[in-house]
Parts: sequence; structure tokens; C-alpha cells
Amino acid sequence: MRAFTYERAKTPAQAAAAVAGTQGAKFLAGGTNLLDLMKLEIETPTHLVDVQDLGLDRIERGTDGGLRIGALVTNSALATDARVRRDYGVLARAIVAGASGQLRNKATTAGNLLQRTRCPYFYDTNQPCNKRRAGSGCAAIGGFSRQLGVIGTSDQCIATYPGDMAVAMRVLDATVETVKADGTTRTIPIADFHRLPGDDPQRDTNIERGELITAVTLPPPLEGVHVYRKVRDRASYAFALVSVAAVIHKDGAGRVAFGGVAPKPWRVEAAEPALREGAKPVAAQMFAGATPRHDNRFKILLAERALASVLAEIKEG
Amino acid sequence: MRDHPDYSLSRRDILVSGAAGIAATSMTEGAAVAGTSRPPDAPPAAAVAFKVNGKARKLSLDTRTTLLDALREHLKLTGTKKGCDHGQCGACTVIVNGQRINSCLSLAVQHEGDAIVTIEGLGTPDKLHPMQAAFIRHDGYQCGYCTPGQICSAVAMLDEIARGVPSHAQVDITANPEATSGEIRERMSGNLCRCGAYSNIAEAVAEIAGSRA
Repeated sequence: MRAFTYERAKTPAQAAAAVAGTQGAKFLAGGTNLLDLMKLEIETPTHLVDVQDLGLDRIERGTDGGLRIGALVTNSALATDARVRRDYGVLARAIVAGASGQLRNKATTAGNLLQRTRCPYFYDTNQPCNKRRAGSGCAAIGGFSRQLGVIGTSDQCIATYPGDMAVAMRVLDATVETVKADGTTRTIPIADFHRLPGDDPQRDTNIERGELITAVTLPPPLEGVHVYRKVRDRASYAFALVSVAAVIHKDGAGRVAFGGVAPKPWRVEAAEPALREGAKPVAAQMFAGATPRHDNRFKILLAERALASVLAEIKEG
Repeated sequence: MRDHPDYSLSRRDILVSGAAGIAATSMTEGAAVAGTSRPPDAPPAAAVAFKVNGKARKLSLDTRTTLLDALREHLKLTGTKKGCDHGQCGACTVIVNGQRINSCLSLAVQHEGDAIVTIEGLGTPDKLHPMQAAFIRHDGYQCGYCTPGQICSAVAMLDEIARGVPSHAQVDITANPEATSGEIRERMSGNLCRCGAYSNIAEAVAEIAGSRA
């Protein structure tokens, strides 16, 4: 790990200013992804601004009947909140499908959103990786791609966004609240939060340097059955090959997003009216233009079948 | 061995003295390059104070020091183990402010004012924690390396069930969880055992939870 200086910020604006004003500075929340990458010197911050004292660890009822989740609410605390379990079941289920009990106790809401979009070649510093080092090439393309992206990827990068929580938040139309160093705030729809790699795979999100996430807000609860189905190579503590986040009404209408298939939670609103007709037409629209590799071609059919299974289960009640 | 007067000569002593030897070598090299005991380009250090197993501790550490390394290398609490050092195996699991975490993925300086419990704080050879005794009764280990992490994790995990923290194993996410076999297995998935003692570990945990493995 490279050496770094450390400070604990007292207010969100102060934290944002500290990162914006210090070359090589980064925010530190739970640290479960950042410290892992620092040990491998994939992340090499020279200054860490610890945000744990900012008081952003509460879940509050929004004036519109939704929920405002503080940036530092842990995954465990969020999944345990009675309102989340009752009204946003897809979110509670997605969170407990991710990581391990130990990691969920430390991982925060904002940190979970900001975990790197990544692949095994990103972690292997002996391999070329455009995300790790611009212009060095992509070992994943032509490499072992079973776990990697089939849509939204580019010829620079085929890594997937590995999180579960954000896939549920995408279905729920969450918004991300931030503050910048000058004190200005903005809200970013979750749909626009994560980026596709294009020609710049080093940038995973549309957040700016020194911009601090303060909260994630959920709109009022969505009626319908909330489901998160995760398909993976082992029963627990593994990234998704494919995951399905869905909220489906009695009449078959609803919303769906997939995880494990793209560099961001994958939702195509235009495909959702087809949910009444079953999984096949929905998947056909959602994966139109997909560019799978030999090893991960199965994901498209797996996604369709996982969705079909979810829809069948809901129909049976 | 003067640093470790409590130990009789054992395989552990040899390992410890080997590690100390490496540390001494690198310190010598560092001093030779810089020419002073504290070179001007010394890595940034920070002070941190926390409680470990009820005892107040104050340390000045290289900011890079993980909680795991602070416990093992600085406080000589070597019960907590370093397995993968990347949050994948759970051998480093300790209980911080009542919650289990991977101590390898946390900087010591993040824990100012925290209350940390390690395997040494759960029980002693003369007064075992019930979970430790259950692991012995059920032979819940083979080499024993993952065991301190398994036990810290299991103790905190049962508390999570009691507090209503949900898991992937629940059919109804709104229900209060119960310590069933399926729940225990799912909730312990962050602790790997390369010897494969899982069935005995599950039985030990189930005994303490009052359920069948």
C-alpha cells in the first residue's frame, strides 16, 4: 500500500472541500472496496478524508412519503430497517444477496454505489487493463469472460458493475444527493449515476472530483410484488452471473432491471410494457444489440429464464 | 524471544522470530538509507485510541496499518488471523461495537473510540466462551487457523439474528429471522474453512443457537 495522510472531516462541505483541494485525495467510508484496491496499489490515494463523523447515518421519512437514506447507513442497517423490508422488499432482498455479513456491517450506502465497476483482469496487475491504466489494453476481451458484461460494454472494457443494491435502486428510481466543495448540492437520478465505459473506462460514475454523496432518496413505495433473484456460481458470497430486480403488479405490469450483465444496473423502460406477455419479449428488447463473448453468451438466455422464473413464481402467488 | 516472554519455545515462536527477523532487516535498510531513526520522508503516522477486550489502548501507527495488523503486530493479540488479507476468507473477523467486521479491510485509525472484541476477549483457556466450548465438543475445526474468525463471527451472527437483521435465506424478508440450519449456513458464508470442517462448525453453532444443524 502506498503511504497516505489521513483526516476525519466534521461536515459534508468540509469533506468535499478537503478532497477537492488536495491532489490525490479520496473519501473513505467503510473502506471495504477502497482498502482492498489500495493493498494491490490499484488505488493509490495520497490523502484519505474519513467521512464517518458526518452524521449521515440516518434513514428518514421523506416529505413525499418516500425514504431518505443517509450516505453512511450501512448495508446491514438499511436491510434491517422495518420500512425498507416492508415497503421496498426488492432493496432489502438485493442487499442481503450481496457480500458477507461482515462486509455488509461495514459497507455504506454511498460506498456501495461507488464500488468500482471491475473484473478479474482489473485486479490482476500483471495484465493489461484500460480501466486500471488508460490505453494499456483489455485482457478480458479474448480472455475468460464468464463473469463479464454482455451489453453496454465497449471495445475498451467489458467489466460489470458487480453490486446488487444499486440494481434494486434502479428499479425503484432512486436519486443520489451530493454536495460539492463550494457547498452546492445536486441530485442525480440513479439511471444517470453509473457510466458506460465507452472510450473512458477509468470513470465508473458521473460524480465529480470532490463531490460527496450525502444521501440516496427513494420515491414513495411501489405497489406490487418485490423480487430480487440472484443466479451465481455458488449459493452465497459470490457476484451475480445474472440477477433480476423486479416489482410486478397483479395484472402483470411492472418494472425490471438486471445485474451482472452490464457496466451499470441494466434497465430498459421501453421494454417493460412487454412484461405482461412474459419474459421472452422483454429480454429480447433489453438485450437488443448485445455483444456477448464466447464464455458469457449464456447470460442472455440465463437472464430471460431467470425473469421467466420470477414472473411464474409471482403468478402462482 | 525477549519480546514474547509468555511463550515457551514452539512452532509459533519460530514463526514469530522469523517475522521479527524480516522486520528488523527492513528497518535496518530504512535507517541506512535515511541515516536517522526517523527519516524526513517517513510514512505519515497517526495516533489512535480504542478499547480492546475492555482494555484502553493507545497507539501511534503508520496510517496504512489495518486494524488486523494493529491487533497482531502492535498489541501482540495473535489470536485474530490473517488469511487472505482481502476480506474474502473471514479469518480476521473481530467484533467492533457489537458488530462483526473483517479487520483486514479496516484501517486502525478509523477506530478511534471503538470497542473491539477479539477471540482473546471472548474467552480464556480457563474460562471458555460457550461457543469456544461448542467448537471443541463438535470438533469444529481441523488445522484451527480459521477458528478464531469463525467463533467471533458466529457469536456476532447469533446476535444479528436476535436483533432481527435479515438474510438471503429468509423466505419472508419482513419476518423475524430464526437460527435454522439454512440461516446459520448462509450467515456464516463470509468465513471459509479450507479444511472443510463446515458440518461440524454448523453443529457447534447450532448447539449454541438451540437449533438443529
